[in-house]
Amino acid sequence: MDATTTITGFVALYIFMLAAFTGYEIIGRVPAILHTPLMSGSNFIHGVVVVGAMYALANAHTLLEQVIGFFGVILGAGNAAGGYVVTERMLGMFKSSKDEKKK
Amino acid sequence: MINLLIQASYFAAAFLFIFGLKRMSSPVTARGGILWAGAGMVVAVLVSLAFVDRGNPHWQTNLALIVVALVIGNAWAWWQGKRVPMTSMPQMVALYNGMGGGAAAAIAAVELYSAHAQGYGQQSLALLGALIGGVSFSGSLIAWAKLDGKMNKSIRFSGQKVANMIVLLATIGVGVWILGWLESWKVTVFFIGALAFGVMMTVPIGGADMPVVISLYNAFTGMAVGLEGFVLQNPAMIIAGVLVGSAGTLLTLLMARAMNRSLANILFSNFGEVDAGGEGPTGTMKSAEASDAAVAMKYASKVIIAPGYGLAVAQAQHKLYEFVKLLQAGGVEVKFAIHPVAGRMPGHMNVLLAEAGVPYDIIFDMEDINGEFKEADVAVVVGANDTVNPAARTNKSSPIYGMPILNVDQAKQVYVIKRGQGKGYSGVENELFFADNTALVYGDAQKVMVAMIQALKELG
Repeated sequence: MDATTTITGFVALYIFMLAAFTGYEIIGRVPAILHTPLMSGSNFIHGVVVVGAMYALANAHTLLEQVIGFFGVILGAGNAAGGYVVTERMLGMFKSSKDEKKK
Repeated sequence: MINLLIQASYFAAAFLFIFGLKRMSSPVTARGGILWAGAGMVVAVLVSLAFVDRGNPHWQTNLALIVVALVIGNAWAWWQGKRVPMTSMPQMVALYNGMGGGAAAAIAAVELYSAHAQGYGQQSLALLGALIGGVSFSGSLIAWAKLDGKMNKSIRFSGQKVANMIVLLATIGVGVWILGWLESWKVTVFFIGALAFGVMMTVPIGGADMPVVISLYNAFTGMAVGLEGFVLQNPAMIIAGVLVGSAGTLLTLLMARAMNRSLANILFSNFGEVDAGGEGPTGTMKSAEASDAAVAMKYASKVIIAPGYGLAVAQAQHKLYEFVKLLQAGGVEVKFAIHPVAGRMPGHMNVLLAEAGVPYDIIFDMEDINGEFKEADVAVVVGANDTVNPAARTNKSSPIYGMPILNVDQAKQVYVIKRGQGKGYSGVENELFFADNTALVYGDAQKVMVAMIQALKELG
């Protein structure tokens, strides 16, 4: 099985369209009380950029590429880890009256 | 074989991101949602270590650099994220978002400097991602500095919009010019232009509008990540990036709508600079003692509390909830009413109340509770101002005219807990304070709460 993916031309456009609608639909029905955690949560999800930075650094051949790639990975990892920690902290605080009584 | 593993893991990661984001959109399942998305991230990062190509003479150095960079980035962000107070959350999100934008720009830089990006298609995607990512990076850092109080002035000069437009067009022009003929120094000029535009676009925007701008940059970073994903042919980046790009755009528009302003108005007008103008409200302000307010609430059957950012500044959320619990124990129905822009960004107030332990099912959004103020015996405003100003409904000359507000003035009695006689963020006098059914309780919110709790306890 050939496991390499080539995402170009119309395939790329289809993926773009479907992913864009998915994002739109998910956020469209969200209550305002979750806007801050959700902004933070989506901020975490684009932290996957660290993967691309890892790829760039892994394939670096010159010193310049290594330096830029190195900072790219630091920034991407910070985005992912930081986004996760603050989102988790915020969401962990939401409780309903029932949870309150159980304590 | 290794390719199959990478692609399967990316598929799993993309699924977990979408599933996690979906779970995060309801308060009941939100906690689980971030855990699922987190698992997706771990899978994607671990499997990406397999990118290291042993044919590359530098592969050992590169692998070591990757591991070191991952450790530095993770450790720093984890440590920062754990200790940041909830009131500073908006600037922290701005900072993390800027880092993501910077990472996307860095990927583009490597691809462009090394000329890995081949052909017009890939190069234009890489350049576009670099532009958006670079703007998001430098813009988010300015937003962070402003919200964190490191930069208090909004820099404005005449002809600013023209200057910004020239920089943007020049940068795009350089991008088009170098398509197909990448040269290092020209790529550098392009990046300088993108970073400069991010700074120039953000410096004139006032602190109150910054949350909307952060949300916009969040969408920008998502889009930049998606574009670089197309360049690298990385499906996890494409799906996650485009997902956040569109979700973030919608979230930005929702926030702008909650403030009753268009996005263009926020980005290109100088709110807060306008002269309040017109006639100020007339009449006298009445004041009341904290204990009187507490007693009035004890004998009420329904109390609605409208908290604002001032509550969080005074760190009075815990005392407020303690007071509310005493009222509830006495059989008073208590609800919280949250204006969409209470706090520093939409939903920020909910997080601050949640931190104090207030259950989310007694917290209501503006549209759900505005009809209930008529039936409330007492409405309490704590540290909020513009969001309860009836001038927004009636006074056409007011800069906040048309902004939806909480109808606290319809309650039988209104208590406003306030530090002094100052104006709100918009610089507008508040007609509510002069109304016949309003009494002001002056003092630091936390001290007032302590006094009110004391008064209730004395009544027994």
